[in-house]
Amino acid sequence: MSPHRRRMNKAFKWCCRITTYGAIGVLALLLFHIAYEGMSWISWDFITNFPSRKAEKAGIYTALVGSVYVMVITTLFVVPFGIGTAIYLEEYASQKSLFIRFVKLNIANLAGMPSIIYGLLGLTLFVRIMGLDRSILAGSLTLGLLVLPVIIIASQEAIRAVPQMVREAGFAMGARRYQVVIWQVLPAAIPGIMTGIILAISRAVGETAPLIVIGALSYVAFLPEDMFDMFTVLPVQIYNWAGRPQPEFHSLAAAGIIVLLAFLFTLNSIAVLIREKFQRYKL
Amino acid sequence: MIRAMLFICLSFLSFSIHAEAALKGRVMIDGSSTVFPITEAVAEDFRNIQPRVRVAIGVSGTGGGFKKYLNGETDINNASRTIKEKEISLAKKNQIKFKEIPVAYDGISVVINKDNDWATDITVSELKKIWQPGSKVTTWKDVRPTWPDKPIRLYGPGTDSGTFEYFTHAINGKAHHSRSNYTKSEDDNMLVQGVVSDKYAMAYFGFAYYTENKGRIKAIPVKLTETSTAIAPSLSSINDGSYKPLARPVFIYVNPDSLKANKSVFEFTRHYLKSAARLVKDVGYVPLPDSEYQKSLKLVETLGSVRVDSVE
Repeated sequence: MSPHRRRMNKAFKWCCRITTYGAIGVLALLLFHIAYEGMSWISWDFITNFPSRKAEKAGIYTALVGSVYVMVITTLFVVPFGIGTAIYLEEYASQKSLFIRFVKLNIANLAGMPSIIYGLLGLTLFVRIMGLDRSILAGSLTLGLLVLPVIIIASQEAIRAVPQMVREAGFAMGARRYQVVIWQVLPAAIPGIMTGIILAISRAVGETAPLIVIGALSYVAFLPEDMFDMFTVLPVQIYNWAGRPQPEFHSLAAAGIIVLLAFLFTLNSIAVLIREKFQRYKL
Repeated sequence: MIRAMLFICLSFLSFSIHAEAALKGRVMIDGSSTVFPITEAVAEDFRNIQPRVRVAIGVSGTGGGFKKYLNGETDINNASRTIKEKEISLAKKNQIKFKEIPVAYDGISVVINKDNDWATDITVSELKKIWQPGSKVTTWKDVRPTWPDKPIRLYGPGTDSGTFEYFTHAINGKAHHSRSNYTKSEDDNMLVQGVVSDKYAMAYFGFAYYTENKGRIKAIPVKLTETSTAIAPSLSSINDGSYKPLARPVFIYVNPDSLKANKSVFEFTRHYLKSAARLVKDVGYVPLPDSEYQKSLKLVETLGSVRVDSVE
């Protein structure tokens, strides 16, 4: 190697290293700041109390329960639709059809749409036309629409990455396509699909704007009884606290963020565990 | 003897059943973020008395809240301004009635950095000079010749807020008429931050944000005319009306039909007016004179009169 190229290589390596550590550094700073401000407010009471005008008495219970509800219903709605669409687009639909290509292009576009647009769509479609009111169901369906493209695209890519020979082997054994998809392609694609689902659901749980448009409430001192009930979620509660004049509420917001992060972290860990389990059966 | 004891037991039992048979229902509220802390405080307090009434409060802004209210989706709307002509005609069209009830005062505070030692008072016309559309003011000296020749940096609320609406109306003579080259934020804490970190800054926002940050920022006393005395925003000056022209009432709009048909709404509104004087101060606003609350309480009780005797 000429000395010039060696130097270039070194410089390039350092550039990459700096960007990596830079990103990690900013993240660490952010986490440290949040932990520093909010950690002393974290207590069992904080988790189990209803919201209050007094910072010492305020808790995040209703928002936490609301977030769990929203997450579960969104997942139930979005996973079958997302994977089903991806299977159809990759395994069944004609790749040459103009219409299918148009659909694929639009799914990619939808994945990049600002979330507030989905909020407005949800308000008109679910809240007003379908008459779901400001319910958990309306919120979950809206968030479902928001993250559906992400799951479809991730699943498509995972399915596409399964080698063609796996399918051919299946066909050679006389399997129909549905058998090949269910028993060969999907198990091989599950780790990739799971990654997509984790990212999508994490995004859904962290969204504020579309839910505010839908009418997620800022003060709810009761737990939802069913999925047609009114609700609030963690990010909305945090947003509300952060806007208060009293500095104690800003610390409460930080504490809320810690709870939200812990919640997301638990979620991701579970998903990673599932992914690992499936990876063992890899081809 | 046994019979007497049994009687006592039974009466206790019936008493506890009676207490158990508390109100159950829903109160739907939405609207202004400015009024939200007050209504939230009342809702929290109300929960101690009627734990089974589910009070839910959203924050869609005064206008957004009215849209829902006039669609019949809510019972009460928090409003940091009075209802507009356009909204009234929509109310007529949708046959939704409303009753305007003032619940507290807010004093819009004009604030500066704590190291600002020159601006000890300001007149309304000077404020207008600064904030009017097409204003030429770029330095403090432009406002008053004795002030330093340093750039004045302005912060104010976004154009959707009720504070913006009231301030522009009171200072510039017409709502929404304002210069536009200043730092806007819907988040009042950002405005506070701007003034805290900048010696040459000026901002205006709600009284609560000033009182909570008193050690870090100063409010300029405002003079209505050249000759009148300068009045700083405070609990007393806002309450007795001497803080002019920037003290404004904030309201709730209640649906009289809900008052009649929904006992929970009726009881909640009554509790609102009974406890407002105490709770309003708690959350950083200025209570109205007691007589005002009494007057509104009477009005509410007449509007939902069918119910008055049945509860207490």
